[in-house]
Amino acid sequence: MSDQPVIRISGLRKTYGDLAAVDGVSFEVRRGEIFGLVGPNGAGKTTTIECLEGLRQADGGEIQVLGLDPRRDGPALREKIGAQLQESALPDRIRVWEALDLFASFYAHSVPWEPLLEQLGLSEKRNAAFGKLSGGQKQRLFIALALVNDPALVFFDELSTGLDPQARRSMWDFIRAVRSAGKTVFLTTHYMEEAERLCDRVAVIDHGRLAALDTPENLIRGLGAENRVVFSTEAPVDPGMFRALPGVTRVEPVGERTIVYGRDDRLVVEVVNALSLDRIKFRDLRTEQADLEDVFLALTGREMRG
Amino acid sequence: MRGFWKLALTELKLYIREPIASFFTLAFPIMLLVLFGNIYGNKPNAFFGGLGFVDTSVPAYTAIIIGTTGLISLAISVASQREKGVLRRYKATPLRPLAFLGAQVITLYLMTAGGMVLLILTGKILYHLRFAGNVLNVWTGFTLSCAAFFALGFVLAGLMPTARSAQVAAMILYYPMMFLSGAAIPREVLPAGVRSFAKFLPMTPVVNLLRGLWNGDGWTGHGGDVLFLAGITLVFSLIAARTFRWE
Ligand SMILES: Nc1ncnc2c1ncn2[C@@H]1O[C@H](COP(=O)(O)OP(=O)(O)OP(=O)(O)O)[C@@H](O)[C@H]1O
Ligand SMILES: [Mg+2]
Repeated sequence: MSDQPVIRISGLRKTYGDLAAVDGVSFEVRRGEIFGLVGPNGAGKTTTIECLEGLRQADGGEIQVLGLDPRRDGPALREKIGAQLQESALPDRIRVWEALDLFASFYAHSVPWEPLLEQLGLSEKRNAAFGKLSGGQKQRLFIALALVNDPALVFFDELSTGLDPQARRSMWDFIRAVRSAGKTVFLTTHYMEEAERLCDRVAVIDHGRLAALDTPENLIRGLGAENRVVFSTEAPVDPGMFRALPGVTRVEPVGERTIVYGRDDRLVVEVVNALSLDRIKFRDLRTEQADLEDVFLALTGREMRG
Repeated sequence: MRGFWKLALTELKLYIREPIASFFTLAFPIMLLVLFGNIYGNKPNAFFGGLGFVDTSVPAYTAIIIGTTGLISLAISVASQREKGVLRRYKATPLRPLAFLGAQVITLYLMTAGGMVLLILTGKILYHLRFAGNVLNVWTGFTLSCAAFFALGFVLAGLMPTARSAQVAAMILYYPMMFLSGAAIPREVLPAGVRSFAKFLPMTPVVNLLRGLWNGDGWTGHGGDVLFLAGITLVFSLIAARTFRWE
């Protein structure tokens, strides 16, 4: 049982009228992993996640979540999963502690919610009304609500929307702790840095289809993207002097800045050596590695979606 | 029915915290009673069949409270919770629709009863309100009236797509009933034409039944009222069960 995938979907389809929002998506999520789903606006992430939660009825394909079919076993499944939805709300006048107390009462099994409040930095807001919380505080409350039933599998649709940079980083630690407690995490995000640092595996979807699925490292390596070395000099340098260096693919002078592209891990050493050899003064030298954002843009294009 | 009691308790607190809803349920009927009670007093009067103004108004204003909670509060609250996405969030939990609906019903029932009790206390303390009926009968008639109006409210909440449209629809139904059914204005002063039209409004049997039971009538004279209200309860509950949506 424990080697069974937690989620298994094959050929998942969901159409709205003529639009195939999810068009034959298949993948498995393993027990104990942090699985990320990324894709442009309207790619079908929320539709996919809500078909898995049983909130929307898939039109086709096989779905197994914790061994259950969300279309048939909705109530049994909802006992065992947690969900933070991209769009939802609570009554404006409900207090933070009342919301947690209320949601805990919906489940056969629940955990004390005070520690959750503490971990999510909401202890001071326990008596505040939902309508008076800031966007990021509401988001953290919804994350706490997703965990009150001690779920085996938890879904976060746009995990860190509304969170400031500090809160986002502590959220990553929090999610890692959730995983360490034995839960499987399925999340969507628009922050590629978040997917890269947090997720064990990332699926990229576009136009309702799976475009790639692998670990962030493999996705980046698979892109075969170039590394870059960027620096500035007093006077323009001759780009020719770098072209002959091992691994260099191209050189781009931009005013007093120069960008050297290459595939070699020693690229930066070669560039610095060449500069020192010719006694050229340089400053602001930095290297830029290809990251998941490059993979994302390469797979899904750069134009804005509807 | 897990979650039912906690949700009912939470809904009750939320209702009390909502100033407009609690004003119209708890305070407004008392204000009406004091305003007109001071003008007309509560002396026995042949016009009201030997009763005073306050004796007939307390059960009649109770019908106003039932209309306020059942039609207006219920329809607006459920429709707005759906519009904002509160119900979507509930849908992602094992909470059953029946537990949700039951919690709304019990909350509104308690609020309505609270409004009626305050009205009765005001009548007793300020105007020596007379009571010639049987407590159990009045309570039963009150409960049946609530059932009919809550069923109506749920159907409105199910049919109307937004809180705004639910509010407008509820007001359109509520105001004519309030003035024509004998709830706000004693039926004795309404022209015969209005009264024959008002027979078809669901608040009219509520006023007739509650006034009658309050002043000592038995059930026999009110078979038509009971049938009307029971029919509304049955038909509209069935419609409500089919039109309820989480989103
Ligand atoms: N209830 C609906 N009715 C009709 N069309 C819908 C509905 N929900 C989503 N869609 C459409 O389906 C497509 C996928 O939407 P979905 O919400 O799954 O995208 P997403 O990947 O979550 O996007 P975002 O990053 O903006 O949240 C979009 O084109 C959207 O317009
Ligand atoms: Mg989405």
